[in-house]
Amino acid sequence: MLKIEIDGKEVEVEHGSTIIDAADKIGIAIPRFCYHKKLSVAANCRMCLVQVEKFAKPLPACATPVSEGMKIFTRSKSAIEAQKSVMEFLLINHPLDCPICDQGGECELQDIAVGYGGVKSRYLEAKRVVVNKNIGPLISTDMTRCIQCTRCVRYLKEIGGMMELGLVGRGEHAEITAYVDKSVASELSGNIIDLCPVGALTSKPFRYSARSWELIHRPSIAAHDGLGSHIEVQVKNNRVMRVLPREKESINECWISDRDRFSYEGLNSVDRLTTPMIKQNGEWREADWKSALEYVANRLKVVAEQDANDLGFLVSLNSTMEEGWLTKKVARGLGCGNVDHRLRRSDFRLDGNFQGTPWMGCNIPDLQAMDRVLIIGSNLRNEHPLLTTRLRNAVKMNEAELSLINPLDDDPLTPVAHKVICSPNDMVNILLQVLKAVSGLQRLSLCLCLPSSLLKTLESVEVSEMATRIAMSLAGHGTSYDLVSPKVGVFLGNITQYHPRYAEIYTLSEAIASLNGATFGVLSESNNRVGLNLARALPQRGALNARTMLEQPRRAYVLVNVEPELDCHSAQMASKALAAADFVVALTTHKSHALRDADVMLPIAPFTETSGSYTSMEGRVQSFAAAVKPLGEARPGWKVLRVLGNLLGLEGFDFDSSEQVKNEIFDGVKPSRVVWNRLNNNLSHLLEITSQDKSGVLQRIGEFPLYQTDAIVRRAPSLQKAGKNDIAFAAMNSAMLENLGLEAGKTVRVSQSGGSCTLPLRCDERVPDACVRVPVCSDTVALGDLFGDITVEAIL
Amino acid sequence: MLSQESLAKIDRELNKYPEDHRQSAVMSSLRIAQDELGWLSKETIAFVADYLRIPAIAALEVATFYNMYDLAPVGKYKITVCTNISCMLRESDRIVEHLEHSLGIHMGETTADGKVTLKEGECMGCCGGAPLFHINNKEMCEHLTPEKVDQILEGLK
Amino acid sequence: MANEVCFRTLHLPEPGSLATYRSIGGYETLRRIVTEKVAATEIINQVKNSGLRGRGGAGFPTGLKWSFMPRYFDGTKYLVCNTDEGEPGTFKDRDIIRYNPHQLIEGMCIAAYTLGARVGYNYIHGEIWEDYVSFEKALDDARAAGFLGENLFGTSFCFDLYAHHGYGAYICGEETALIESIEGKKGQPRFKPPFPASFGVFGKPTNVNNTESYASIPYIIEHGGQAFADLGVHNSGGTKLFSVSGHVERPGNFEVNMGTPFAELLGLAGGVWRGRQLKAVIPGGASTPVMPAAVVMAANMDYDSLSKAGSSLGAGSVIVMDESTCMVQTLKRLSYFFFEESCGQCTPCREGTGWLYRVVKRIVDGQGRMEDLDLLTDVSHNISGRTICALGDAAATPVLSFIKHFRPEFEYYIQHGRSMVTGK
Ligand SMILES: Cc1cc2nc3c(=O)[nH]c(=O)nc-3n(C[C@H](O)[C@H](O)[C@H](O)COP(=O)(O)O)c2cc1C
Ligand code: SF4
Ligand code: FES
Repeated sequence: MLKIEIDGKEVEVEHGSTIIDAADKIGIAIPRFCYHKKLSVAANCRMCLVQVEKFAKPLPACATPVSEGMKIFTRSKSAIEAQKSVMEFLLINHPLDCPICDQGGECELQDIAVGYGGVKSRYLEAKRVVVNKNIGPLISTDMTRCIQCTRCVRYLKEIGGMMELGLVGRGEHAEITAYVDKSVASELSGNIIDLCPVGALTSKPFRYSARSWELIHRPSIAAHDGLGSHIEVQVKNNRVMRVLPREKESINECWISDRDRFSYEGLNSVDRLTTPMIKQNGEWREADWKSALEYVANRLKVVAEQDANDLGFLVSLNSTMEEGWLTKKVARGLGCGNVDHRLRRSDFRLDGNFQGTPWMGCNIPDLQAMDRVLIIGSNLRNEHPLLTTRLRNAVKMNEAELSLINPLDDDPLTPVAHKVICSPNDMVNILLQVLKAVSGLQRLSLCLCLPSSLLKTLESVEVSEMATRIAMSLAGHGTSYDLVSPKVGVFLGNITQYHPRYAEIYTLSEAIASLNGATFGVLSESNNRVGLNLARALPQRGALNARTMLEQPRRAYVLVNVEPELDCHSAQMASKALAAADFVVALTTHKSHALRDADVMLPIAPFTETSGSYTSMEGRVQSFAAAVKPLGEARPGWKVLRVLGNLLGLEGFDFDSSEQVKNEIFDGVKPSRVVWNRLNNNLSHLLEITSQDKSGVLQRIGEFPLYQTDAIVRRAPSLQKAGKNDIAFAAMNSAMLENLGLEAGKTVRVSQSGGSCTLPLRCDERVPDACVRVPVCSDTVALGDLFGDITVEAIL
Repeated sequence: MLSQESLAKIDRELNKYPEDHRQSAVMSSLRIAQDELGWLSKETIAFVADYLRIPAIAALEVATFYNMYDLAPVGKYKITVCTNISCMLRESDRIVEHLEHSLGIHMGETTADGKVTLKEGECMGCCGGAPLFHINNKEMCEHLTPEKVDQILEGLK
Repeated sequence: MANEVCFRTLHLPEPGSLATYRSIGGYETLRRIVTEKVAATEIINQVKNSGLRGRGGAGFPTGLKWSFMPRYFDGTKYLVCNTDEGEPGTFKDRDIIRYNPHQLIEGMCIAAYTLGARVGYNYIHGEIWEDYVSFEKALDDARAAGFLGENLFGTSFCFDLYAHHGYGAYICGEETALIESIEGKKGQPRFKPPFPASFGVFGKPTNVNNTESYASIPYIIEHGGQAFADLGVHNSGGTKLFSVSGHVERPGNFEVNMGTPFAELLGLAGGVWRGRQLKAVIPGGASTPVMPAAVVMAANMDYDSLSKAGSSLGAGSVIVMDESTCMVQTLKRLSYFFFEESCGQCTPCREGTGWLYRVVKRIVDGQGRMEDLDLLTDVSHNISGRTICALGDAAATPVLSFIKHFRPEFEYYIQHGRSMVTGK
């Protein structure tokens, strides 16, 4: 530690700290524009100049490391003079159009300039004008206002992982731009809006819709991935106007993904259901809550009285814990065990085998301290945009080695040390190889922990070179030196969780992890997957799960915020089952074509209009309050379910608040206490595994595109434009195209178990042999399993 | 987009730098591309970036930073006249005037037949030979007089 | 005595060829220190004793700079030579790579041996293509003759040297901008610390010197530091290449001893041209303060003498102006240069150089106001010392010194809307 003095105040700071770190630590505000604690230091704006004893010239606080005994003056005559002159320079070419600038009221330049008092401009010459750039549907530019701090450039390169913006030209002509007419493609691009200290980069969707001082700020929790990012929902006239990150170092640092930032547009979509609707003679009619709920209660009662097992309850992955809990309670009250939230799964063989609730296995920041990481089955940037930056950091700062076993070769924008890109089916075989290689490297006797049948399978496995390299990496072996006790993590992504052989992949991964003493974790497929598990929105032992409920159609379904054909493992199976049902009630935030076979639609509130709780992938239970009142007649889901419980005459539905529901979920105990006891990724017993050959068939790789994750996101127009709507396609590598005699660019017929659709065919070398990539979207709802067999034929 | 010959030249430049620092060759690669194609279009810059496996914007930053890259078509001969202090003291303005007069164009323009472009340059580090200009970034012509300029222009085919 | 160090071969036929250089004992010093395994500290001491100060303009003692390079480093260390001279008035390094490239190469080899550098780059100014090509040829010759490459002279000493061609940016003369440029980026100077000795090319320890600095090394090691020091005066060891340009009869480079009176140097360049009177001299390149005739005529060409006289030796680039020179118009051209060449990275330089230029231009256009002179002074002070690199100071210096020494000319221009000297 070093002792220094700033403006007469003593402070102890760590070696290597800069003056600005030290000043920030004791709350001395040094003005700055280019400096940002999460970015590399550029020291180009010169706003932070301060006086340092024994130095003739003022020094930039952001770039000057402190040394023992340093005496720093941030407000001395010479410091203020330097700062004032920099401010004058910054303003000579800056348009003074604050009244029409979207940044007005939250502009760092404006704030600091005011602090230096308005002097009459001494600059008589013409001001610089910079041509605007179109960098996509999310970010609006006004480049004349740019002060060349390069925060945006550094952010996209260092955090986003790809240099998408640059400062081109030289001197006074230097300007920020993307390459020619390219849009910024980063899924984390919106953060540059917050980073820009002036009004050069502003939010396109938000533009001109409100002034910052008119907005009421409400804290909330992001709803589109499992990170549990802290957000601030900003509201005007009971309408969500925009969403910004709230700083939470241990979760989202100071960022959020574009999905979490711009999804709010979907909240205000014209598709919002604002009143209960009942279908009569095939026509939707508006209804009042009372008659709608009574009607629902009666219909459900009739089915339940005949055979409660003829009911199916499907809860969306994004529902709150309270909604999940109350749905389960309604089901159980009616005597039905068929409840599930794992709509996108197809393999449930592990049910009953888990020792607890599967979770990430560690805390979010732990990820970036790891030395060796193996990710199995994840399109990282789509599934976990912000979590991926932690991996990027691990690789960059910690020299971690990242290994991937994946059916898609999409670039995670960070160096991957070892990877196997193979068909979904082959993932199991690769894991068998890795397990065998690992067991050769680790001195644990395999016989002690692996079942004999698995040992037998392993005997005949031939280990490939890449599998050996992954195994060696996990064991800490390195090219120049070996790590003694490396921090290792093995994580399963969404693709694995939706995999038809999830049980085998899970078993093998767990074994590989435990042989290496590694953290083993499941990355959450949604904002509340862990929470819905904790709230037991799961089938009772012996009851039907999300897949069997559709495979063996029920007479009646209760859907909690589900768009069946877009949210389930098999779109085909979901629509068939619902079409055949006698009665379907949908508690939903939006109207949807996918609900065409529903009989009643009950408008429930999205996360901004209800209170509730989510549990993030690291097991953090986070409750939030409504940011605005529900739209129209919509009501919070928990209230609707409570009233339904009352109307059904069920016991234990006397809740006055979501808080009370949460208390019941946790038995009145502090959630964290309960959660830490319940989170557990271990299996009670290992599964038998055989290696399977699937040669000769074409396998589908069905993924959920970045902006197709849930009903809100799907209805956010700017995000849809940013995703370029470029999701309806079938893609294969060139070798496969040649093999099958198909031609990229042509339209093809794609079929699965009787259903088919036509899609443009693409050549994509990131797709492995024997596979075709067909994402889930409204154009592919005729298809079946995400990873099922599939055929592709030319249309003649 | 570029000839084998140019690509070979780029490869030769790449040899000067460590394997994982291909970006170091971007300046010479852009120069080689410009020599072959006359100027650097956005497509050329993107091609070079691709060849070096660097982001296109990084190559664009470089192409727009250094004076001698031409981001718009120029004449067959680009004459860049130094007008900086040492040249100015030795009456480079006379050379400029003479060039403008003989070619019938102003600084920054190209003759109608697309043969000659005139540009103003900064110090070329040859002030002892003032006044001077160079042709196509390559050939330095020093100790100019109007007569000598005439001779040089004569020689441009 | 003239042409004793860097121009040793100038009087010989084909002065730049390997054969010529070897005929005067070239590369023998290198062979000796490498094969005899002369200790690095011994060499550094000789360089310290020589009083050699960096010839790139800042005049930092070379021996001291060399001692900053970390001795032990797990990885490649780099050596960089700065032949990017683009400072108006400077053209000496070009003549070294044209007329005596092998002395530079030998100097760099000695430095590489001393500092443990494995790879070197010579960054050559963009506009001098022909000289870049000829230097590449010299490198090929040296490589073929076994002076560059692996296991030189049968020892474990390895050194590869390459030429890197600039493409038109004055700022790349600044050593960290030059390093960025070698990395294939825009030439934007880095904030220091860290200095190149710890974080240079590709983030590795790097020593940067000017061409003339390196080219002086073989002489120093061959004859001993003291012999070099003795060529010059106290605090300014050795000879120096002076590039004399502007209003003289015979512009060119002259290698003379440090401390030579300016008048003598002027004589070597044939005196003021056309029989005119001397008006002013910029003694060290465009970024050094201008000196009125009387002051410069009384000064000697060494670091201390020039700094006592209110200017500085810089890179030894002497720009001579006769009585017909309008200082206002001259300043306009200089200010335009710094405005045009500012890299644009840091605020005071990016915004300030444009401001300075536009105000001076306004005066030249007949739109000046008396307050403008104070404004120029003030803006210059606001740039100085507040930028990342010294280009900011370089831009302020001419403005301040021109106004200081020739204020009446500026006032006249403002009052009459035309030049006091040319009447136009
Ligand atoms: C704007 C600017 C331009 C410079 N140009 C040159 C140059 O052209 N040649 C050079 O050797 N040094 C130049 N320098 C100085 C270098 O930064 C550096 O100090 C020098 O190359 C070190 O070598 P030396 O110690 O041998 O002089 C320049 C510095 C600045 C700030
Ligand atoms: S002083 Fe000028 S040239 Fe130097 S870093 Fe700043 S902007 Fe660039
Ligand atoms: S904040 Fe320090 S220079 Fe910009």
